[in-house]
Amino acid sequence: MQFTLEFVLFVIFGLGAIATAVLMITRKNPIMSAIFLVVNFFTVAVIYLLLKAQFIAIIQVLVYMGAIMVLFLFVIMLLNLQDEKKLSEQFTYKKITAVLLSILLAMLLGTTFWFGFSGKYLRLADTAEKLGTAESLGKLLFTVYSFPVIAAGMLLLAGIVGAVVLAKKKFD
Amino acid sequence: MPEWLIDILITLTKIVIVEGVILTAVAYSVYAERRVSAFTQNRIGPNRVGPAGLLQPLVDVVKLLMKEDIVPAKANRLVHALAPGISILVALSTFAVIPFGDKILLAGREIKLQIADVNIGILYILALVSLGVYGVTLSGWSSNSKYSLLGGLRSSAQMISYELSMGLAVLGVILINGSFELDTIVQNQFGWKWNIILQPIGFLTFLVSAFAETNRTPFDLPEAEQELVGGYHTEYSSMKFAMFFLAEYANVIVASSVITTLYLGGWQFPYLQTFGLPDMLVSILQVLAFCGKVFLMVLFFIWVRWTIPRFRYDQLMNLGWKAMLPLALANLVLTAIILTLFKT
Repeated sequence: MQFTLEFVLFVIFGLGAIATAVLMITRKNPIMSAIFLVVNFFTVAVIYLLLKAQFIAIIQVLVYMGAIMVLFLFVIMLLNLQDEKKLSEQFTYKKITAVLLSILLAMLLGTTFWFGFSGKYLRLADTAEKLGTAESLGKLLFTVYSFPVIAAGMLLLAGIVGAVVLAKKKFD
Repeated sequence: MPEWLIDILITLTKIVIVEGVILTAVAYSVYAERRVSAFTQNRIGPNRVGPAGLLQPLVDVVKLLMKEDIVPAKANRLVHALAPGISILVALSTFAVIPFGDKILLAGREIKLQIADVNIGILYILALVSLGVYGVTLSGWSSNSKYSLLGGLRSSAQMISYELSMGLAVLGVILINGSFELDTIVQNQFGWKWNIILQPIGFLTFLVSAFAETNRTPFDLPEAEQELVGGYHTEYSSMKFAMFFLAEYANVIVASSVITTLYLGGWQFPYLQTFGLPDMLVSILQVLAFCGKVFLMVLFFIWVRWTIPRFRYDQLMNLGWKAMLPLALANLVLTAIILTLFKT
């Protein structure tokens, strides 16, 4: 393995991603958790950039860091979650979900390690740089994958209509 | 010297020059704001320090540096110190993708007058604009003061609402140019073909959204003095306050540059090439044209601030969601239809 600039950056931001993820779940204060999640999203965006997926990287920053996490922070600040004790361990299905998600995570990590050590995916594909641009992604989305795009659009529309209906009931 | 070292040196030089110019421009836009507001209100304004008060920004900076830095009790010290840093970092790094001139030939080497020519330039700007909310929101929360918190909350709601119409307005420009690259967009605006003529509705929605995103009047609800003391920066003093102040004016300058680049032809000076001037002079005139356009836009920002009163909160939301968003969407659909019908 060569110590190129990409490798050094990957180690820095990969460790950063792990550290911020751990910090995010160990913080007591929900706002600090949210802040560490934002930093985590940023490190993941840099890793996308290292994989030559610049469109995905910038969308990660734009949508997750810039829109979704701002809304999260907004809601946390409005709710003012001072009393964390009330929140903890109220749901029994929480533990089942946690176990299932852990199994899924273990499987993902296992496959990653397996392929990592078998040396199959060590090199970036030659077409990676071309694939990551907005043009090629757009072409793929609107030709090969046009049906999933439309289906996802319908799902989002249904979600918006549902949100409006729920909000309207509250005000009536 | 190896090739990559020269490239790094050129980029570093560009960064130092651009940031130096921006910081100076920020200091003097504060001065311009005070002079223009004085002119609007039939006062004189700062005119004591230096000729016509031109050294006033320098004195202001020294004053802010000498002040005591107060952090409220029970404030989250780390986030409290981090927030102004986020604000100013976002404001200053947006300029990295804005082209302020065409290529110039220097010592047999072609140099692009743009710090980073990335092919997702517009998305980079939109992403950084959306990150700017954090400075305001986190400062509001970490100060542990109700006025700051209200200012921060108002600001995040306002900026999220207007980001949408901003993004949709930009999409019209992207459709015409078929590229996210700011350099291509400026190159295509030669002659009279400025995007303000091709995209008048898009320009209007982008301009209004830019005012909302920079928290300038008539959208300055995050720091409405009459209701919130000072808004999100109520609990800030000394250099941290100065950083918010700098960030606000840096945002105004960056917003002006983005509007210039997207809609007012960037560094294009109409029909300059037809005069047969030497290449170097043409390049310099183009950079000056860019600076002139940005200066006029900054003056427009200041002019609006001292002319129009602040919106009420419900008016702000109504305008954002019921006027600006449908208008930007209609503009997008119209542009797409016209392009498919008439572009061969």
